[in-house]
Amino acid sequence: MATGTKGKKHKSTLVLNGVLILICSIWLLPTLGVFITSFRDSHDIFNSGWWTVFPHKEDDDIGEVILDDAVDVNGKIPVEGITATFEELREGVTLPDGRKLTWFGNKRTRKIIVSEQKWVGFANNLTLENYADVITGKEITFTDAGGNEILRRGNNLGAAFLNSIAVAVPATIIPILIAAFAAFGFSWLKFPGRDLFFTMIIAILVVPLQISLVPILQDYTKLQLNGTFLGIWLAHTGFGLPLATYLLFNYISTLPRELLEAAYIDGASNFTILFRLILPLSVPSLASFAIFQFLWVWNDYLVSLVFLGEKTRVITYALASIVGEKGQDWHLLTSGAFVSMLLPMAVFFMLQRYFVRGMLAGSVKG
Amino acid sequence: MQVPHEKRSALAGLINWFTTIVGRVFISLFTPAITFLVLWRVFLFLRDSDAPQIIIVLVAILWGVGGVALLFVISNWVVEQLPGNWGQRLQPFVFIGPAVVIMGWYLAIPVFRTLVLSFKDSLGQDWIGKGWAIFDNYRFAFTDRIMLETFRNNFLWMVLGTSLSVGFGLLIAVLADRSKFESIYKSIIFMPMAISFVGAGVIWKFVYTYRGEGVGIQEIGLLNAIVLALGGESQPWLSLPPWNNLFLIIIMVWLQTGFAMVVISSAIKGIPAELLEAARIDGANEAQAFFKITIPYIKGTLITVTTTIVIFSLKLFDIVRVMTGGNNGTNVIANEFYLQRFTYGNTGRASAIAIVLLIAVIPVILNNLREFNKDRRAF
Repeated sequence: MATGTKGKKHKSTLVLNGVLILICSIWLLPTLGVFITSFRDSHDIFNSGWWTVFPHKEDDDIGEVILDDAVDVNGKIPVEGITATFEELREGVTLPDGRKLTWFGNKRTRKIIVSEQKWVGFANNLTLENYADVITGKEITFTDAGGNEILRRGNNLGAAFLNSIAVAVPATIIPILIAAFAAFGFSWLKFPGRDLFFTMIIAILVVPLQISLVPILQDYTKLQLNGTFLGIWLAHTGFGLPLATYLLFNYISTLPRELLEAAYIDGASNFTILFRLILPLSVPSLASFAIFQFLWVWNDYLVSLVFLGEKTRVITYALASIVGEKGQDWHLLTSGAFVSMLLPMAVFFMLQRYFVRGMLAGSVKG
Repeated sequence: MQVPHEKRSALAGLINWFTTIVGRVFISLFTPAITFLVLWRVFLFLRDSDAPQIIIVLVAILWGVGGVALLFVISNWVVEQLPGNWGQRLQPFVFIGPAVVIMGWYLAIPVFRTLVLSFKDSLGQDWIGKGWAIFDNYRFAFTDRIMLETFRNNFLWMVLGTSLSVGFGLLIAVLADRSKFESIYKSIIFMPMAISFVGAGVIWKFVYTYRGEGVGIQEIGLLNAIVLALGGESQPWLSLPPWNNLFLIIIMVWLQTGFAMVVISSAIKGIPAELLEAARIDGANEAQAFFKITIPYIKGTLITVTTTIVIFSLKLFDIVRVMTGGNNGTNVIANEFYLQRFTYGNTGRASAIAIVLLIAVIPVILNNLREFNKDRRAF
């Protein structure tokens, strides 16, 4: 009996893990496809699916048959011991011994390719060239599926990557700094309007940012902030601040009051208390929001599309332009997508713990 | 504030007091002025310079982060120079001021400015009409064929996208909770959260890619290859209304399930083990335990997650923009907003559409305020 229940339990564990592995495979497969394709030759990408880099059976040409002029290609064609019509041969006919006959080209070629199913191992013609092409801004040539030489200007994702860093780092630190001051003020200082201002923060927590784009763009045009780093930092700060202040307030206001009172008695100013006491104690909370905001800014498309545009291209903008201009150049799209994912992936996997914590603390953002 | 205590002659005291105050005022005004000047010069350098990009990037980061820190230090210092208890009275505003001003400028005031603009013409200058015609932009926003299509699509996104994300999230959270390899599974499902919508767009565009009929043409998209292998015919998935909406929604589910899973998973971990144990001893099977204990226990979390994803799907823009541009019957509200403002240059209509989005989230705003007022005693 005991072994029976144990066996049953064992079986259910297998089923459980089986289901989970299936779901996870479905989740991973699209990314895996893009990852593999980014290392394939631009010519190969169009000739076979990315899954062919794994060992598989494939038709391998072993010879060809040229038909006599006497054979009528419009009727039944006798070849290699069988007879078949042109249409059948064009689709491919498998011989009893496993070989396959396929008509080459149109009727006038009179040529039939003989092929055999063979195992093909792992692809070994992988290349880093796609990455070199997409990162640099130099002119590149490549051959498309039809054999035509095509000249394109590179996409300069390298420059866009740097721009993204210049946008994302300050757009992460500035709101944290401002929110830390505000959260401290709301938690520990008394001043008129405190309730009113905090109610405002709660109210705008989920306001869609589309509300701001039209008027803020008007202001930016007047102030000449369009396309500047300052403009986009401020925009991201504005859109990130309600959540940042709310999260940090929730954390800072729970710190023990005695701690602060002791520091006040020692004669410390608010400024000193914030930097020497509060901020060091709030590191987990600060880190959670920092990762949240960094990923949000790095992956943002709308805000940079509106306020930066062509002048200072960030990585999402550059990638979206490749989609728009060269939507079928999969060697550029796939490698470009991976360049854009590099940094957020690294941040994400290194600091996942903090990210999860931040997400749990406040899962609503406008 | 340290007024000398020794009694000197009245005149000397007066001069001393006067110079101290003047000196203080001078320095208090001079220092911020210098700071602003320096920051402004660097801003001009960043805006107009042709220096190598790496230098611009480094200067920009230092300037941006350092500048904000410096402004706080300086304004705090200025306030501390103020005589009497003015410093104490004003200091809170140095702390909360920047946050309140920026949030007001970027989110609170724009609500009213956009509301006004939504009654104006395409340039945002004159009222769009007299009498009932003042509502022309709203007539467009609520009755135009284009808008009705976006409402239908956003409804699909909200219902299908949210229920699938939350459903899968719940399923995986519950299943993974019983497995030894929980963290590996969860990391894989969660990973798309780190990918931008544009990046996700590329990934899924490749899955759906279609090469068409023809001799020797290979389907390189995963979906078409699977359909062909199963004996079907390859399809241009993204240009088949109304099904293309579903294919776009799958992308959102792929991105958001991880979020739902993580939040739900942490709620499930909060269920006391004794509760489930007791139910099982009383003879409840797994399904009963799940529906009678787990679901009621995590109900609050489920509502929060659902609300968040509903808001997300309401504002959804990037995926549609990158994948189809809103063509072939896939347009959504946020994309139409973008088109109206930036492609057709119609400020009035764009503003009306933004207000439609705002109206849709008002119940959530009211709920947040009510919850906040409940906790006010803690505040």
